[in-house]
Amino acid sequence: MSVAHVTLRGVTKVFSRPGKGGEVHALGPLDLDLRSGEFFAVVGPSGCGKSTLLELIAGLATASAGEVAFEGRPIAGEIPDGVGVVFQEDACFPWLTVVDNIAFSLRKARLAPGERESRVRDAVAMMGLGGFERSYPAQLSGGMRQRVCIARTLVMKPRLILLDEPFGALDQQTRLLMGEEVLRLWRQTGATVFLITHALDEATMLADRIAVMSARPGRILEIVETGWPRERDSRVVEDARFGALTARLWQVLRQESMKSIGRPGGVPEGGA
Amino acid sequence: MTEHKPRAWRNALAVLAALVVGWQILHAVVGEVALRSPWETVAYTAKLFASRDFWPNFDETMTAFAAALAIAVATGLAIGMLLGFSRLAGEVFEPVLVALYSIPKVTLYPIVLLAFGLGMQAKIAFGAIHGIIPIALFTINAVRNVRPILIKTGRVMKLTTWEMVWQVLFPAAIPEIFTGLRIGFSLTLIGTLLGEMFASQRGLGYMLMNGIGLHNVDVIMSVTFMLVVFAAVISSALLAIDRVLHGRA
Repeated sequence: MSVAHVTLRGVTKVFSRPGKGGEVHALGPLDLDLRSGEFFAVVGPSGCGKSTLLELIAGLATASAGEVAFEGRPIAGEIPDGVGVVFQEDACFPWLTVVDNIAFSLRKARLAPGERESRVRDAVAMMGLGGFERSYPAQLSGGMRQRVCIARTLVMKPRLILLDEPFGALDQQTRLLMGEEVLRLWRQTGATVFLITHALDEATMLADRIAVMSARPGRILEIVETGWPRERDSRVVEDARFGALTARLWQVLRQESMKSIGRPGGVPEGGA
Repeated sequence: MTEHKPRAWRNALAVLAALVVGWQILHAVVGEVALRSPWETVAYTAKLFASRDFWPNFDETMTAFAAALAIAVATGLAIGMLLGFSRLAGEVFEPVLVALYSIPKVTLYPIVLLAFGLGMQAKIAFGAIHGIIPIALFTINAVRNVRPILIKTGRVMKLTTWEMVWQVLFPAAIPEIFTGLRIGFSLTLIGTLLGEMFASQRGLGYMLMNGIGLHNVDVIMSVTFMLVVFAAVISSALLAIDRVLHGRA
């Protein structure tokens, strides 16, 4: 449990702005250790570089300074094996059926057909997509399409799952149910989960630890431990600590959010 | 979609019936000298089909059209994909394509004739010229409009450039590309027939011009009728496929 699965040391991201001149300091310097098998969430004001952080870990972007390592090996601009990503936007391939979407990466990995079929079958069952195997994404609801995307990641048996606001486009009830499913597959797969979200209650409900990020350039202000048992579901919202934890996140985040929309943070609290 | 089908058929039949009735009325108004009735046209078309002189002309047109279409599709797709993927090339050459497209192509025909000579090659070239640019323009837009998230997903799946093009970009762009092919089909057919109507010794276009020269209204009506039916049937089929592809996206 205490082995560092992902390590970030002094990670900084600076974007140059072609045409406009100048640079945007988006992120860091930032240090972070993800423990093996934990559910880690990141919340922060909009535009704080949450998604950039995820892209750095996914190898979709390279850090301007500092080092990102997965399982001890530096991530150098390429997504490492064993890492799966689910985005907020619907990323299903609309020209493929549900099973073909799910099997896409397996085909590319040249898995034996038998193994491929059994993995797809498991993922379909796990994400409750039974009966929709031959449907096209356009025939499914937003929630179902997001399940397809999660299933597509799951079949590759990732050891680290990166979720970039995966429920952002879904309605509240679907979000809660999808949250439960993610918790369940987190338990079943034993993977480390890294979740980016703007919903504080979602972070509190799902994660073991929650990092609160500052306004740009994004740094980690505080890491809140929830202390939930591994066996948990959306009913943790009934727990007395749930309100206190969410309130703590908001306390740290409020001033930062004010900053990011260009207003002073009001009366400083606790000398922050 | 399935419950719309009977209605679509009913609408199509109603339009057809209206066309035939309109044709018949027009025939009654302008008289036998200018227009044959629907029935006479169909009867003469059957007679043409039975004659030996007709089929070489038909083959000539279809061969020219098939070759022109193949060239237009292959070249149009290649140009479109290239300019769609490469931002710089697209910015440089797309305005050129648009400018070229606005030239009335008939003005180019003398040059085509000089370059290819009288006959099959000139017809093919002239047909292809009509189809290439619209297909290329549609393909450019189709490739550019592929949702970035799909490309990002491809990167997460570690696709090679080749796999990205053929397994993500191309299939994602297909519905839009197909619309371009549908329009390219019609324009290539127009181009091929135009090519046959001037400076040609064979083909349906030649038959048509010959009919005009001899004031053979039967031939004019029958050939026009055939071409309209051919274009309408294929276009409708392509449109139906187009709808299915777009419904999925």
